[in-house]
Amino acid sequence: MSNAAPTAKPHPKLQPHFHSMEQQLEASTLGMWVFLVTEVMFFGGMFMAYLVYRNMYPHAWVEASHELNWQLGGLNTMVLIMSSLTMALAVRAAMLGQKRGQLVNLSLTILLGCVFLVVKFFEYKAKFEHHLVPGPHFDPTLEQGMQIFFSLYFMLTGVHAAHMIIGIVMMTIILTMAARDSFNAEYYTPVEVAGLYWHFVDIVWIFLFPLLYLLGRHGA
Amino acid sequence: MSHQVPSIRMYVSVFLALLLFTATTVWVAGLDLGALNTPVALGIAITKGSLVILFFMGVRHNTPLTKTVAISGFLWLLILFSLGMNDYLTRGWLGIAGR
Amino acid sequence: MNDATVHQEPSYLGAPYGLAAWLLTKDHKRIAILYLISITIFFAIGAGFAATIRAELVTPQGDLVTADLYNKLFTLHGVVMIFFFLIPSIPAVLGNFFIPIMIGAKDLAFPRINLLSWYIYVIGAVITLSVVISGGLDTGWTFYAPFSSISSNTDVTTAAVGVFITGFSSILTGFNFIVTVHRMRAPGMTWFRLPLFVWANYATSLIFILGTPVVAITVLLVAAERGLHLGIFDPRIGGDPVLFQHLFWFYSHPAVYIMILPGMGVISELVANVSRKQIFGYSFVAFSSIAIAIIGFLVWGHHMFVSSQSIYAGLVFSIITMLVAVPSAVKTFNWTATMYRGSITWDSPLFWVLGFMGLFLVGGLTGLFLGTMGLDVHLHDTYFVVAHFHYIMVGGGVTAFLGGLHFYWPKMTGRMYSEPLAKVSAMLVFFGFNLTFFPQFILGYMGMPRRYHAYPPEFQVLNVMSTGGAMVLGTGYFLILIYLLYSLFKGPKAPANPWGATGLEWQLQSPPITHNFHEIPVVTEEAYDYLHAPAPQLAIPASPREVTHE
Repeated sequence: MSNAAPTAKPHPKLQPHFHSMEQQLEASTLGMWVFLVTEVMFFGGMFMAYLVYRNMYPHAWVEASHELNWQLGGLNTMVLIMSSLTMALAVRAAMLGQKRGQLVNLSLTILLGCVFLVVKFFEYKAKFEHHLVPGPHFDPTLEQGMQIFFSLYFMLTGVHAAHMIIGIVMMTIILTMAARDSFNAEYYTPVEVAGLYWHFVDIVWIFLFPLLYLLGRHGA
Repeated sequence: MSHQVPSIRMYVSVFLALLLFTATTVWVAGLDLGALNTPVALGIAITKGSLVILFFMGVRHNTPLTKTVAISGFLWLLILFSLGMNDYLTRGWLGIAGR
Repeated sequence: MNDATVHQEPSYLGAPYGLAAWLLTKDHKRIAILYLISITIFFAIGAGFAATIRAELVTPQGDLVTADLYNKLFTLHGVVMIFFFLIPSIPAVLGNFFIPIMIGAKDLAFPRINLLSWYIYVIGAVITLSVVISGGLDTGWTFYAPFSSISSNTDVTTAAVGVFITGFSSILTGFNFIVTVHRMRAPGMTWFRLPLFVWANYATSLIFILGTPVVAITVLLVAAERGLHLGIFDPRIGGDPVLFQHLFWFYSHPAVYIMILPGMGVISELVANVSRKQIFGYSFVAFSSIAIAIIGFLVWGHHMFVSSQSIYAGLVFSIITMLVAVPSAVKTFNWTATMYRGSITWDSPLFWVLGFMGLFLVGGLTGLFLGTMGLDVHLHDTYFVVAHFHYIMVGGGVTAFLGGLHFYWPKMTGRMYSEPLAKVSAMLVFFGFNLTFFPQFILGYMGMPRRYHAYPPEFQVLNVMSTGGAMVLGTGYFLILIYLLYSLFKGPKAPANPWGATGLEWQLQSPPITHNFHEIPVVTEEAYDYLHAPAPQLAIPASPREVTHE
């Protein structure tokens, strides 16, 4: 790691419309935060629907929640929390310019993201087998409101999974950049920004887990 | 924003706290607290979310602007929820059929 | 100050030339021009739909188009005009071009994302408009469920996906503006030295990032309900269609302010210039923009008084709606107070300013009628509503856009247009607009519902007046297109500061160089310091001008 000498000549990663690396990093981080606000509102629309229908069909929601496998949901929660840890450690390694730390932690993050998706896949598969996917094949004997629960379940977890896939692609790009020694104490903006996104996706799941999987555990 | 590098120890303890809260939320969901189940579950989720935002995402050491931005999204959700539920929870209050 | 013999450097319009250089540009000014060209095309398409609608309504019988086709016409008119013209108009063209210059930056914070937003916009628009081939769209621009999600047999899914994609273009523009205003201001450019145009666009950006994602997920839910049977609003499985309206209007009411707030910013610039005075109550005007953006999120239920929303909620929404009038009135009063005892110049910007103020006043005040729950029950879904929102969105939004375009045209293109023609067209637009839409207030008050292709014969006189007005209005718009295009080739070269205006943008050459500034300027003055502004120097004095003191 070389000594920081920003005034001597512009850093090669400094874009011409910024006047310093500091300004560039601050702009990018603020940009990601502003983007995350839109993400909160994006999921917020579905949470609003959740609130309305849970209030409208309290019993059906408990019943429907029983159909979800909370053990798998809990497993995925832990997987995501762990991936958040490795992500945070990857950013830390980038700030310190530790290549090995970046590579190990980013790979672990990607791996854990994939584990999450695989578990999700088996959950979805079970729903198809149990006729719990809304539409013409939905089990008609079930209570009014349960179909809406599953519509929301698929929308919420589906949009979340889409975010996971985007995150994994992003992390793969970051990983290749890290492998080419792109990041150091002066320039680690992409890792930092991608990390913010990853943590946000984790937070969404932290809310989804109790709201979807744990509704009816006591009434059983 | 701060450029001091947080310690691994801090990250790991936050991680352990998050695992602990996950176990708690599963355990609490098994108890019958009546109307309190959901608020407790949400309280735990909010705590976990705040831990991630404050420590993993580094808002703790960030500028007031970033803190404002981070909070604003949730504030706006509250607007959506409160004015929206202001309709659903008051239907029929005024004794007019269908309203 | 601006010597005519001053050396002109190569501008952003110069090399690199060629289509590829433009389509891959990261220069915010070129992207603004790309947006200008695309919104002009969509405006023409939307106007074509409107012209067919007005032609149909000349006679009481539905003789020109069938009811089905009429439904598709007004739907696409609304969708094109709102999503592809009005929402991007001022922010993405004038905002994109001038925000970085006004705050003393070399570009927006994220130039590549800025270009990406234009591509997303074009892709979204093309997908949406592809429904013209694949069976049309007849839901109205509001996409109300359950008609959109279950009943309509037009191509709602494609349109919903198109609108969803376009939403991301708005989000990216908004977030670029916010970061730019926070992080890229030149030294000395404090918040209270920002031009009010920047404040207005900042407030608009807040709506972009807080509101747009909600409508994006809402139309996605409709698309999922149609395409994947994931019923959320479907009453057959216990869903509540009113929820759709809540989610939709949570964005779409603030979206009305997306269409008017930047216009208010433009008018603030113009009003100070034509009065040659500092704007009256700068901080009030600045904060009223933010207030409108915030209060705008609290009033959406006034679109739903006659849905099955609870009457109690309706009361709450109705009361909060009255609050929006306060910041809007603050702006209007302050503009008037700015003009009071100003040295009014009779240049063309004045005509747009006066036109905007008159039309916005009518539109805003009739909005209060509609926000009053008792009255709205009678006026809901009549032509009164149509007239009201056209006064705001066309009378206010489009007039402000055209005013801004005329004001900044010399800076953007380096050419002057014909002043007399600009005045004539401003008046044509004003009178044509009033003739088109004022009769619709009366029609609505008399009970003519909107969205029907036929009507009882007693409404014919007013409808013919309206169509006649639309022809005058169309002529006005067409005239503008002609002389602006003409000016590009034959117009006299524009000086750096034709209007004698204040602000960093007028200290640059016309048109500006690629990175705007060689050295980032240091700002030492308040905005609108017209005491020290240079005299206007229009290239060709159009009319005998009274020389005003400075």
